[in-house]
Amino acid sequence: MNIDSIQNGIVLDHIQAGKSMDIYKYLHLDELDCSVAIIKNVRSGRMGKKDIIKIDSPMEVDFDVLGYIDSNITVNVIRNGKRVEKKHLELPKKLVNVIHCKNPRCITVSESQLDAIFVLSDAEKHTYRCAYCDTAIDKKF
Amino acid sequence: MPRNIIDVTDLTVEEIDQLIATAEDIIANPVKYQDACAHKQLATLFFEPSTRTRLSFESAMLALGGSVLGFSSANSSSTAKGETVGDTVHTVSCYADIIAMRHPKEGAPFAASQVSEVPIINAGDGGHNHPTQTLTDLLTIHREKGRLDNFTIGFCGDLKFGRTVHSLVNALSRYENINFVLISPLELKLPRYVKEEALKKKGIPYTQTTDLESVIPQLDILYMTRVQKERFFNEEDYLRLKDSYILTPEKLESAKADLSILHPLPRVNEISVAVDKDPRATYWKQVKNGKYIRMALILKLLGIEV
Repeated sequence: MNIDSIQNGIVLDHIQAGKSMDIYKYLHLDELDCSVAIIKNVRSGRMGKKDIIKIDSPMEVDFDVLGYIDSNITVNVIRNGKRVEKKHLELPKKLVNVIHCKNPRCITVSESQLDAIFVLSDAEKHTYRCAYCDTAIDKKF
Repeated sequence: MPRNIIDVTDLTVEEIDQLIATAEDIIANPVKYQDACAHKQLATLFFEPSTRTRLSFESAMLALGGSVLGFSSANSSSTAKGETVGDTVHTVSCYADIIAMRHPKEGAPFAASQVSEVPIINAGDGGHNHPTQTLTDLLTIHREKGRLDNFTIGFCGDLKFGRTVHSLVNALSRYENINFVLISPLELKLPRYVKEEALKKKGIPYTQTTDLESVIPQLDILYMTRVQKERFFNEEDYLRLKDSYILTPEKLESAKADLSILHPLPRVNEISVAVDKDPRATYWKQVKNGKYIRMALILKLLGIEV
């Protein structure tokens, strides 16, 4: 299977196999006009299987969203056909408007114009807490 | 950005100690403080009914020589017209020097603090937090025991929705050698996040039980709470659980002679009226302490030194 290499854009590598569509959705890649390749179940020495996404256009990536979904992903920035930067992600300390509180008593549920703010409370368990009501959400990806 | 008190842990242990010292000084020398807040205004925004907390704040500000404005139910504010909490608070912060607010939705004071130009004090947000009740409880414990460490405290009743319990457990978890005994029906146990954050993460031991009588002899402090009707979506559950624990003189026979019985009030029937005459009943003193600690807090947040 051949996928053209990209000239200027971003390659998201080491995505956990099967999770590429979640990333496609959360990064709103459907709104892009450029070529986007989703490659699923690629053989990987380290991971067994992995997914890769290639975006053939320079774009601002929301690293918080990406880090929340899977902090093992590597982001490769490509310019003129060459990799110029490789970024390793971290679990973000704070998430704004990425996930929403499920507590029916939380003010963000009744006043939906408020920013949904979550703060990392346990990095090991990937637990985030609503900054308003402290309700915990365990990582769902 | 103004200093806000949304959660009791917004205050350091040292700041709490200072507040307690100020409150003690106010109790000893009330005249010294009677004009401390002259020309300052406190707004009490109560989107949910309250007797004690609202009047306690208002009484505190008046005793400091300040004045008060506000409302005591959501129906008498623009909330009834659909205004957001943020807009209401932003408006009031243009009129007052400090705001105490109570709201049935959890996190509403945090939302308010994001837009307010003046300090916000959380006067209770749903089943979440109630930091000034906690300060009241800490002052009461300090006055009764002379310390805030080295004792066994039992929390009894609705530990799930009891915001005063959550805040006090959080606050006490920062002091040394406190033994927590959590007494509740299985359905009303202390929430997981409070146990995780306040106790487990810090390696603080605690006991959970459904049986008050078996643990009462070991307690130095018994913190009783009401099963709150307004926190239940289902009336059947409320009716089944409301009388889970009723403290009576008979049950207190096996308790220590120097036990202190606290209750954030209002009570329904979880403490028999006959217990009021017992010298170990501390809850009426606690009400009085609430005014003094709120006076100390208002002074602190307004940056007024006497």
